[in-house]
Amino acid sequence: MLLLEDIHTHYGAVHALKGVSLNVKKGEIVTLIGANGAGKSTLMMTICGDPQASQGRVIFQGEDITQKPTNKIMRNGLSVVPEGRHVFTGMTVEENLAMGAYFQSKEVKEQQEERVLNLFPRLKERFHQRAGTMSGGEQQMLAIGRGLMDEPELLLLDEPSLGLAPLIISQIFEIIQQLRETGTTIFLVEQNALKALAIADRGYVLEHGELVLQDTGQNLLANEDVKKAYLGG
Amino acid sequence: MTKKPLFTNLTSALFAAGLTLFLGASVMGLRLKSEGITLGVELASTQTFIELGLAGLIVFLFQLFRDRIPKLSSSATDRIAILAFLRTDKQQRLWLMLTIAALLVFPFTTGRSNIDLATLVLIYIMLAIGLNIVVGLAGLLDLGYVGFYAVGAYTYGLLYTYFGFSFWQALPVAGLFAAITGWLLGYPVLRLRGDYLAIVTLGFGEIIRLLLNNLTELTGGPNGVSSIPKPTLFGLEFSRRGDNTFHEFFGIAYDPVHRVIFLYLLALLLVMLSIYIIRRLIRMPIGRAWEALREDEIACRSLGMSPTNIKLSAFTIGATFAGFAGAFFATRQSFISPESFAFIESAIILAIVVLGGMGSQLGVVLAAIAMVLLPELAREFNEYRMLLFGLMMVLMMIWRPQGLLPAKRPHRELKTTNAEVK
Repeated sequence: MLLLEDIHTHYGAVHALKGVSLNVKKGEIVTLIGANGAGKSTLMMTICGDPQASQGRVIFQGEDITQKPTNKIMRNGLSVVPEGRHVFTGMTVEENLAMGAYFQSKEVKEQQEERVLNLFPRLKERFHQRAGTMSGGEQQMLAIGRGLMDEPELLLLDEPSLGLAPLIISQIFEIIQQLRETGTTIFLVEQNALKALAIADRGYVLEHGELVLQDTGQNLLANEDVKKAYLGG
Repeated sequence: MTKKPLFTNLTSALFAAGLTLFLGASVMGLRLKSEGITLGVELASTQTFIELGLAGLIVFLFQLFRDRIPKLSSSATDRIAILAFLRTDKQQRLWLMLTIAALLVFPFTTGRSNIDLATLVLIYIMLAIGLNIVVGLAGLLDLGYVGFYAVGAYTYGLLYTYFGFSFWQALPVAGLFAAITGWLLGYPVLRLRGDYLAIVTLGFGEIIRLLLNNLTELTGGPNGVSSIPKPTLFGLEFSRRGDNTFHEFFGIAYDPVHRVIFLYLLALLLVMLSIYIIRRLIRMPIGRAWEALREDEIACRSLGMSPTNIKLSAFTIGATFAGFAGAFFATRQSFISPESFAFIESAIILAIVVLGGMGSQLGVVLAAIAMVLLPELAREFNEYRMLLFGLMMVLMMIWRPQGLLPAKRPHRELKTTNAEVK
C-alpha cells in the first residue's frame, strides 16, 4: 500500500534521512520507533510531501507521490494526524470534524461523522464544545477523528501519545486497534515503544536517519537491543 | 484578604496618579506667550492646576478601589442578554425587516448633513466588512487595505476621465481591478504571517498611494481627479439642468437633497448586498476554510487544503469590496486625490474590525457606526479626538478584548441528541 524506496531528505545542509526503505501492507499496523531526533517525524512529513524527498521514491497505492504537492497527496486516501494534535481550538468538535471532510460529499461526511462519534463517544458528549477547552486526550481523539473523516485507506499517526496520561494512552491505542479491524491501515510513529510495538504487526527502528532494525512487533519487543535502548532495560 | 490587594493597589495607584500629574503638567501646565517678537514660557492658570490635581486624585482613587468597582462582565452571558430579543429566526427576520425599513425611511425625515454622515458611515461599513474577511476571518493582518480602496476609486475616476465610463459601468470594473490588485499583492506575501505580513502590506498600501501621487501624467498626481460625475438612476441625472433629469421626469421641483438621498440609498443597497454576499460566503466551505487557516495552518495542510489558495481568495475577495467602496467614494466626492488614501484610513478601518469583534459582521457594523459617529458628535473636543480614540481603545482592551459582539457561529444539533430528547 505504502512503499518507501531509498528515501533521502535534507533540511538545508542537514541530512535527516539517509536512504530509508520501508513498506506498509493493507490492513497492517506498522510502527516506527526511535529516539528524539532520529528522523521519525521527518519521515512522516516526507510521506506528506513537506519537505519533499531529495532522492528516492514514495509510492502510495501504486502511484508515485514523491513530487506531488502536499494538498494533492492529502486528498487521496491518505490522512495524517500531525504531531501535537493541531485541532482548531476555536472551533467546536462538530466544526473540527466537518473540516476533516472538507473535500467530501455530504453523504460521506454524515456517514463518517457517525462512525467517528461511535468510535469516540466522548466527542459526542462534547459535540458543541470548543476544542481548545477540552483535555489533551479529548483533543487527540478529535485529531484522530478528524483524520478519519475523509475515509482514509491509510492513516498516519504522529506521536498520538504525546503528553497524555497513561490511562488515556491505553484508550488511544485500543482505538487504533479497533480502527485496523474496520479496515484502516495504520502507520504509527511513536516514542512510546512498548505500547506501539505491543499492537503493531511489524515495526521499524530508526536511528540517526537510518533504519537499523525491522521485525514483527512481538520479536522487536523481545529483542535485547531494543529493550536496552527503548524499553528501559 | 481585603487588605493585601489594597496595599498592592496603593503602589500602582500612586504610580498612575503621579504619571497623570506629570504628563498633564507637561502638556497643559505650561503655556507659550509671545513677548514682542520672542516666545516665552509661562505657567498656566491656577485653575488648570486645580483641575490637574483633581484628575490625579480621580485616577488615584480609581486605581485604589478598582477591585471593588463591579466589572463589566466580558463573559458570553451578557452577549446573550444583549441579543435575547434575537433568539428565534422569526424574531430575527422581523428585526431585520424593521431595521431595513427604518434605514429606508431615515433620509426623508432628516436634514442633508445627517444623510451625508450616514452615507459616510455606510462607506466605512463596507470597507470594514471587506477587511473583516482578511483580518477577522482569515487572520491575515493587512495594514494596506486602503490601497484597494484607492484602486477602486481611481479605476472609476480614470475610466471616466479617459473613456467616459459612467458610474454603473465602472462599478464592476472597479471591483475587478481591486480584486486583481489584491491577488497580485497577495501572491508575494503568502509565505508571511503576523508582524511580517503586516509590515509588507503596510508597504504595499503606501506604494499604491505613492504611485498615484507620482504618476502625474496618468493620475494627475497630487491634484487628483476632479469632476467625476454622480451616479444616475436608470439614466436619470440628479442635476438642475440636463437632458434627462430626475425632477423633470417625475415632474417635481428640483431639490439638491434628492441627490444626497439617492447617494445614501445607493450606499445602503451596496452595503446590504455586501453583507448578504459575505454572510453567504462565511457559511460556505470557503468561509470555514478561512477560519481554519486562522486557527491552525499546519492542520489545514494536513487536511489537504492549500493555504496558498485560501489566503489568496481572502485577499482577493476582501479587496473586491474595497474596490466597490472606492468607486462609490469617488462618485460621492466627485474628487479624489492620493491624500484620501493615507495610512490613517487603513488604521481606522482596522480599528473598526477589531472594535467590532473579529469575524463578526454585526459587531463590525456597530463599530463602524461608533467609529464614524463619535468623532462627529464630539466635534467640540476636536483637539482631543485622537486622545479619545486612544482612550476608547484602551477601555476596549480592558473590558471587551474580544470586541463589541464577538463572532458566534451557527451550529447544528446532533440527530442522536434530538432522538434522546424525544
